Amino acid sequence: MNAPTSMGMAGRFGGAFGRVLQRRGSSSAPSLDLTHNIILYVEGVTVSFDGFRALNDLSLYVAPGELRCIIGPNGAGKTTMMDVITGKTRPDTGSVWFGQTLDLLTLGEPEIAQAGIGRKFQKPTVFSEHSVFENLELAMAGDKSVWKMLFARLTPEQLTRIDEVLETIGLKDHRSARAGSLSHGQKQWLEIGMLLMQDPALLLVDEPVAGMTPQETERTAELLTSLAGKHSVVVVEHDMNFVRSIARTVTVLHQGSVLAEGTIDEVQNDPKVIEVYLGEPRC
Amino acid sequence: MSTAAEPAAPRPAFKPAPPTPYQVMMREDRPSGVFLTVLAIVTLLVPILHLAVPEGHVLHLSGYTVTLIGKYMCYALLAVAVDLIWGYCGILSLGHTAFFALGGYAMGMYLMRQIGTRGVYGDPVLPDFMVFLNWKELPWFWHGMDVFPFAMLMVLFAPGLLAGVFGWLAFRSRVTGVYLSIITQALTYALLLAFFRNEMGFGGNNGLTDFKDLLGFDLKHPETRIVLFMATAVALGAGYFTCRAIVRSRFGRVVQAIRDAESRARFIGYRVENYKLWLFTFSAMLAGVAGALYVPQVGIINPGEFAPINSIEVVIWVAVGGRGTLYGAVVGAIMVNYAKTVMTDALPDAWLYVLGALFVVVTLFLPRGVVGLLPDLKHKLQTLRQRRARAIST
Repeated sequence: MNAPTSMGMAGRFGGAFGRVLQRRGSSSAPSLDLTHNIILYVEGVTVSFDGFRALNDLSLYVAPGELRCIIGPNGAGKTTMMDVITGKTRPDTGSVWFGQTLDLLTLGEPEIAQAGIGRKFQKPTVFSEHSVFENLELAMAGDKSVWKMLFARLTPEQLTRIDEVLETIGLKDHRSARAGSLSHGQKQWLEIGMLLMQDPALLLVDEPVAGMTPQETERTAELLTSLAGKHSVVVVEHDMNFVRSIARTVTVLHQGSVLAEGTIDEVQNDPKVIEVYLGEPRC
Repeated sequence: MSTAAEPAAPRPAFKPAPPTPYQVMMREDRPSGVFLTVLAIVTLLVPILHLAVPEGHVLHLSGYTVTLIGKYMCYALLAVAVDLIWGYCGILSLGHTAFFALGGYAMGMYLMRQIGTRGVYGDPVLPDFMVFLNWKELPWFWHGMDVFPFAMLMVLFAPGLLAGVFGWLAFRSRVTGVYLSIITQALTYALLLAFFRNEMGFGGNNGLTDFKDLLGFDLKHPETRIVLFMATAVALGAGYFTCRAIVRSRFGRVVQAIRDAESRARFIGYRVENYKLWLFTFSAMLAGVAGALYVPQVGIINPGEFAPINSIEVVIWVAVGGRGTLYGAVVGAIMVNYAKTVMTDALPDAWLYVLGALFVVVTLFLPRGVVGLLPDLKHKLQTLRQRRARAIST
């Protein structure tokens, strides 16, 4: 894990320029530099809330196209880590880079989203008063400035894209239904659909299968697996069966830092992990 | 010779005329269509009933009534402005009459400068209250206010600037909910206190009054009254139409998304503070226009217009009418103000209790306001009709 660190240092020279490009750029993923085959650097990040260390010198690297699962007991810092990456929480120390050139700690939530990081929340949050179609329309990648939106019209390509995503998430028949009237599982799917519309280079997915039926869980697993490759996907999940079904690399968080990393079997047989998870089933 | 593969191409098909924009609106958004139609009829009918029908005739509208309807329209425009930010973006401003009053003051300043030598002191430049205060020259912000286009620019600029600066500070710091409401309340109260002071140069507690004419037309003439009335109607119609266009654009959908899930909108990539700022500033300018049309019709603007209670009343109009629907705001403003006119005449002491009770009742039982009742009624009527049809058929 040392190599990516030094590469990260090298990448920082492009930081200022990258930011300039980022400000001017209007497409969804401007100037994302993947020359060192790492899309996300989280290095030495510490976050404290009133003395409690939610993240403690956390370092994590994600490769382009990777599907990474993050597990850990409650309070391990999984959600805080996502908050840091998406700009909601600022760390006390450490650095977070998106590709070689984008310093995420200098950007706000909308800029980070525009740079190509999408996030799905633990509790499904969709725009409940809008229709399913409108939810997808709003999430669509592109220039999201005030003036553009005042006069925005959907192009035929964009319409096709929305229909494709409706098909993918199985909500074609609910196209004009109010999003608030959907079932819990359908809301989860809609939120995933919104991520797809955003077309981010990196997807952060927080507990995607919570409250889903086994069939829905299976379809979610298929979808996430199919997304990996084109996108990098980071999934936080408690459901070990689900993790087993999708993960190639698993990172175990404990008390705000990485406890173990490897394949699911390696991790499950790791004595440290067993100790932390003692008493929890199937681990 | 036609085969199945060429479906009746040469046949002269009956092509219905494309629907006019009016037809489209009546089909897609009937309440708005009805409102704009009624507004147009009123705008054309009132001048006839006031000017052409002789006094004493049953159908004659008195000058008082014309001005009253004009006033209601100003209130309706203000209510639309408040509904735009509260109903659609969830920003509950309890200080929107501050923008209304600023627009009013800008118009008042113009009207003051039009008085000229006809004032009590006959000073060609200084308004009466400045002479009375022994001021020797016009304060800097009164310069240019005698030029109508400049004054009208100020009607938009003064509320817009205040809303822009206030909104920039508040939205950037992510002040929302009750905290924002309280700050807006404080804002209008601070302005109330400031405008009460003589040194501010806005006429102190007397405000600006004793207006003579507007663009050379005597404000007391029936024709002037009618022109002001029609200008107000046009402003209301145009304001309504613009707001409708805004909320139906994708910008409008983003704004409603911000209302329902602000952080989600941020994580999708919308700069929430920019959206709020634009909408808030636009709404403030609209309120300013309403204030500017209000002042020449009532003949006075004083610091009392900044009173926090006024802003709260506007919120009640919108709540009663139905927030989140622009026509609901109009209906609410007109209904509550009509009730106020009748009540304060009949039972002046009871009005505030009635207003309070109205707010409580609407909050508890009519979350969608009066206009929210209509679809329910329609539904009930339909089921009734169906039941009757079934009863007849059996």
